[in-house]
Amino acid sequence: MTDVIIAGIGQTPVGEHWELGIRNLATAAIRDALQNSGGLKPQALFVGNMLAPNLSNQAHLGALIAEYTGLTGIEAITLEAAGASGGAALRQGYLAVSSGMVDVALVVGVEKFTDKIGADVEEATATENDSDFESIHGMTIGAQAALLMKRYMHENNVPENGFAGFALNAHANSVANPNAAFRKAIKAEMYAKSEMVSDPLKIFDMAPHLDGAAALVLTRRELIPSDWQGQPVKIAGSAASTDTLALHDRKDMLRFDTAQISASKAMKQAGIELNQINFFEYHDIFNIYAALQLEAVGFAPRGQGWKLAEDGSIGLKGRIPCATLGGMKARGFAGGAAGVYQAVEAVTQLRGQAGANQIAGAQFGLIQSLGGAASTAVSHILQKLG
Amino acid sequence: MEIPRHWRLKKQRYGLVGEVCPHCNHKIFPPRDVCPNCGDEAKEQFAFSGKGEVYSYTTVYEAPAGFDANAPYTVAIVKLEEGPMLTAQLTDMGEQPIQIGMSVEMVTRKMRNDGDERGVIVYGYKFRPVAQNAIAG
Repeated sequence: MTDVIIAGIGQTPVGEHWELGIRNLATAAIRDALQNSGGLKPQALFVGNMLAPNLSNQAHLGALIAEYTGLTGIEAITLEAAGASGGAALRQGYLAVSSGMVDVALVVGVEKFTDKIGADVEEATATENDSDFESIHGMTIGAQAALLMKRYMHENNVPENGFAGFALNAHANSVANPNAAFRKAIKAEMYAKSEMVSDPLKIFDMAPHLDGAAALVLTRRELIPSDWQGQPVKIAGSAASTDTLALHDRKDMLRFDTAQISASKAMKQAGIELNQINFFEYHDIFNIYAALQLEAVGFAPRGQGWKLAEDGSIGLKGRIPCATLGGMKARGFAGGAAGVYQAVEAVTQLRGQAGANQIAGAQFGLIQSLGGAASTAVSHILQKLG
Repeated sequence: MEIPRHWRLKKQRYGLVGEVCPHCNHKIFPPRDVCPNCGDEAKEQFAFSGKGEVYSYTTVYEAPAGFDANAPYTVAIVKLEEGPMLTAQLTDMGEQPIQIGMSVEMVTRKMRNDGDERGVIVYGYKFRPVAQNAIAG
């Protein structure tokens, strides 16, 4: 099979962009990515978006964004898989280009959270839960994470501030990322004193929901112009998996099966073992998800994922660096863009352009995008070529 | 108001009616038509006892629209004595501290206003603690 290359990356800063709508955010990221690709001409656009029909009363983003970006006429469609929408859009772009049906695909993830606030945002995000049997009981996405976290702490004797290390690592790593929403390191005391959102989940156990867009240009290796000067990064593995929306419907809710299945499939496709992965961009919308992903992928045994944050294993110089440019916790969670930001940041690492946060000698990165509490997981292995 | 939707779910909301698989006898709630245990069709109705225990719980302070008037409230995952788990609010707790493993039973309560001027209310199941001495008696 021919190599699919990420030839261009683009992004907006994540934040409260009062002055920008969905179309403006998407266009900014797309233009950035097209320029970064050296002027490749896309034939298809895959949009990752989670909640525009709810938060912005706007559906049909494929045509809207293609037209607004000056790409009228090309094929364009929206992919929705809750928080995994960005990962799902990347995978569709990958499938289109690797199949040979599309030569150059554009992938954009975009989310506009801040046109609504408070109870309206909670109502919108709760649509990713099981509406008939979870959301009708007042379940929020934060409550879902808190239920998992409570049970996890109960079964594994995790101390009260046992998840602090995830937040500390993310915030330390965001300082050097100009696109991160919160570029400030935090201390353990700040975590300990932070506001309780849904017991035992504190505000520093969850990522802020903010606006942003990120974009990628994909093509086959042989189609890259001979004068292109960039460092090629290959999509070496791509896989997705699904599980129940409701936590109560799972046989074992403390095991993220979709994360395990999609990661192992992607690694198998890439032909690599776990110890060859140089860094892991997990889906840290909640710290408990990061812990469960570390266990599912195989970096920690069951019930021990939280300890990798405690002992520094996830740090830039640790055994498996995670959230290397701030993750969702500190860069910010921009819904359907989240999975595309992961890819943009992984490419930045593999190109050797991560500055102070550069993982020395990085050759393989794992990125994993989750929808809900891992009801969907999309995993990609990105590889530095040459 | 999504009247057909709430009407459609009345047996589950008021009576905790799920399914029993005619092929492997697995008890299913919420109903899902295909048995998660054996993969065969399972549409035979089965009414659950409403007895169970708390598997996990949390308090919601920032509630979605339609629920914010009741915040804060406690959401739990309850493991029914017949096996399945479900999500529900805990109610009638008084001063009693909640613990994982505590015994609870189903009651019918107001779940939310539907926010329109007709004042239609959605009712359904919540769970309350089982009085330990009442059981002993």
